[in-house]
Amino acid sequence: MAKEMIKPYGDTLNDGMVQLAFTLPVAGGPRAKKAAELYVAKLNFTDIAVSFSREIADGFTYFVVYAKALPELDYSTVQATEARVTKLDFYRINELIKTHINRPLVVVGASIGSDAHTVGIDAIMNMKGYNQDYGLERYPQIEAINMGAQVGCEELVARAVEVSADALLVSQTVTQKDVHLANFTELIELLEAEKIRDRFLLVAGGPRISNDLAVELGYDAGFGPGTVPSQVASYMVTTLLRRKGVTGFVD
Amino acid sequence: MAHIELDEKKINRLKSLARQVAEQVQEMIADYSTVSVERAVLRLYGVDGVDGDGTPLVNRLVELLQAKEMLSAGISRYFALAMLTSGRDAQTTALQLVNGDIEFAEQGRFPPEEISAKEQDLALSAVAALDATRQRKAEKQKRYPLGPQPWKYVIVATGNIYEDRTQARAVARSGADIIAVIRSTAQSLLDYIPYGATTEGFGGTFATQENFRIMRAALDEECAATGRYLRLVNYASGLCMAEIAVCAALEDLDMLLNDSMYGILFRDINIKRTFVDQHFSRLICGRAKIIINTGEDNYLTTSDAVENAHTVTASQLINEALGRFSLLTDDLLGLGHAFEIDPTMKNGFLYELAHAQLTRQLFPEAPLKYMPPTKYKSTDIFFSHCQDTMFNLASIATNQGIHLAGMLTEAIHTPLMHDRYQSISAINYVFDTARDLGSEIEFKKDGIVAGRARQVMAETEAFLEEVRVEGLMQAIAAGKFAGIKRREEGGKGLDGVFKKAPNYSNPILARLEKEGVING
Repeated sequence: MAKEMIKPYGDTLNDGMVQLAFTLPVAGGPRAKKAAELYVAKLNFTDIAVSFSREIADGFTYFVVYAKALPELDYSTVQATEARVTKLDFYRINELIKTHINRPLVVVGASIGSDAHTVGIDAIMNMKGYNQDYGLERYPQIEAINMGAQVGCEELVARAVEVSADALLVSQTVTQKDVHLANFTELIELLEAEKIRDRFLLVAGGPRISNDLAVELGYDAGFGPGTVPSQVASYMVTTLLRRKGVTGFVD
Repeated sequence: MAHIELDEKKINRLKSLARQVAEQVQEMIADYSTVSVERAVLRLYGVDGVDGDGTPLVNRLVELLQAKEMLSAGISRYFALAMLTSGRDAQTTALQLVNGDIEFAEQGRFPPEEISAKEQDLALSAVAALDATRQRKAEKQKRYPLGPQPWKYVIVATGNIYEDRTQARAVARSGADIIAVIRSTAQSLLDYIPYGATTEGFGGTFATQENFRIMRAALDEECAATGRYLRLVNYASGLCMAEIAVCAALEDLDMLLNDSMYGILFRDINIKRTFVDQHFSRLICGRAKIIINTGEDNYLTTSDAVENAHTVTASQLINEALGRFSLLTDDLLGLGHAFEIDPTMKNGFLYELAHAQLTRQLFPEAPLKYMPPTKYKSTDIFFSHCQDTMFNLASIATNQGIHLAGMLTEAIHTPLMHDRYQSISAINYVFDTARDLGSEIEFKKDGIVAGRARQVMAETEAFLEEVRVEGLMQAIAAGKFAGIKRREEGGKGLDGVFKKAPNYSNPILARLEKEGVING
């Protein structure tokens, strides 16, 4: 394949223009500014301009820097996946469940571990939905159970088994020291130990989640920021139908 | 002051409806106590510390009395008797009880009058401690004046109290008026207060008396350095509301998150537990002059900010009415609301102004707590910063009380040092450049803003009427607040609620209620 070399773009192709903002643990002044410039040089930038610097706390100085990046990347070698979603609308999703599954789809959602934030799981599950897109609770053909925040993995799995869930939606919003990874992994390990991993479609969500990361962690799919409920519903329905061998459902 | 023409009669009607709703709850509160209330009494009597397993002594004592099925009379009398028996101070008596050297007993060799007198002594010094913190704070505020409202409220959340202290000092220097130390995420569900300093918490530090002390000491130094009074905030909501209020009072905290319904709706804590704990915790806050912050902003993160604006107003009115029963004065009511309308909505900013101005006019003396956008916060930090700027403008134009600083990295990570710097410098800019904008504004009588404010009032009235007829607990059970349903006999902490026996004794509660509002 032909190489396709790229660099950041400012106003001229391959100018490599990048904006940076950071703090150094030093008092303000000309020496601090010089340190910022030298540090950015170490990051492999040239044409460094420290456009702003201010001591924002005792012994801490904040900088805004413009600089040109040196390395190039061969774009032809870049690969990334997105969760395989055939985008369907609210009515089509309900109709497919009714016709092919013949009972409501049971979906259990929770924000697991110590995470107290329900904003992600609520955006997908609550009646109201997100960004003009109805939440799963609004779907007549989906039984949506939102367990809320700070749900233990055992609690989530117990509920999923109790209601014979088809899919689990697991959200992690705020994460500190990468605890979201540990939480996601804990759930997978629990399901595998109970030998019930394959019973459920497992979907991860949150601002730090990509489909690649979710799949790497052992989930079926992952959804990041900006995802609307119908995307998740489309993914669940089409995947479950494919697994049942039903195809040709896309108009 | 900016002004919308509103019908005074309608405002009075809203206040009267809310009072009736609160009255029903207050009747229930009078009949019950909880393990957390009893532990709070012990803390005010001077019991502190933990046993070898890290369990607080106050928890051990309440459990001991529970095991003897004697808790329904309250722990005060039994503990007073135990102190007479031991002849020692509260802490030593507590240790003797926990170690089994002495036992809680129904009758001792002391006549009932002597036990009552001991209880009254203990209650008197407990209340004196609450008076002392109030006076210490007033003294400090005389020396270091408070900045003008809206006060800039900034959060620190490293999970290490010593790191938080460094961050707090930096924020204080950049002009913040209020420092809130974020609490470890799951603490609201712990039925005890952890002990000592936190150096590794998740999402924050534990609300412990030691953490409070460490941060207050640092802020006192900053007061001296900056010449401005710096307020300290923590969180009381959860299963230990009353106890946390005690720890906060003892360590001179200035504000506590203390909402009447937050725990019920968003943490699934039992309804009775919450209301009963809250009453005692608010009595303590009132006497110690701790400003409460209520959590109406949370409704809007789960429900739509336009559709459900009236539930925010209704909850503010209920929080105010319940606060009155707990002797909170206007200057202590940090009633909450938020700037959460979808930024793509046409004229959304006018609706925000209408909501903020309505809240201002309904509660003219309260230091309203205004929360920044979070729900529709963009992960493009530059756009996010613009959203916060509009929020800052709404806040200064409508003269809000407590202004929570929005962060450009809201949807991304807990704030970095320079995120806070960006936030505060934008607030300083907007507040200065538009300082007297509010006093220049009169909203058009039949304009969008005035019309919206009147609409929210009408919806609030209809909603409160429904709640009054049904009863607040039934309304919560029916999912009328934030679309979340909670049953009266469900939720966490129900097993810690008990009906007071006819001989129930809590002389601190009785004294606080009887003495009413105390200033000075």
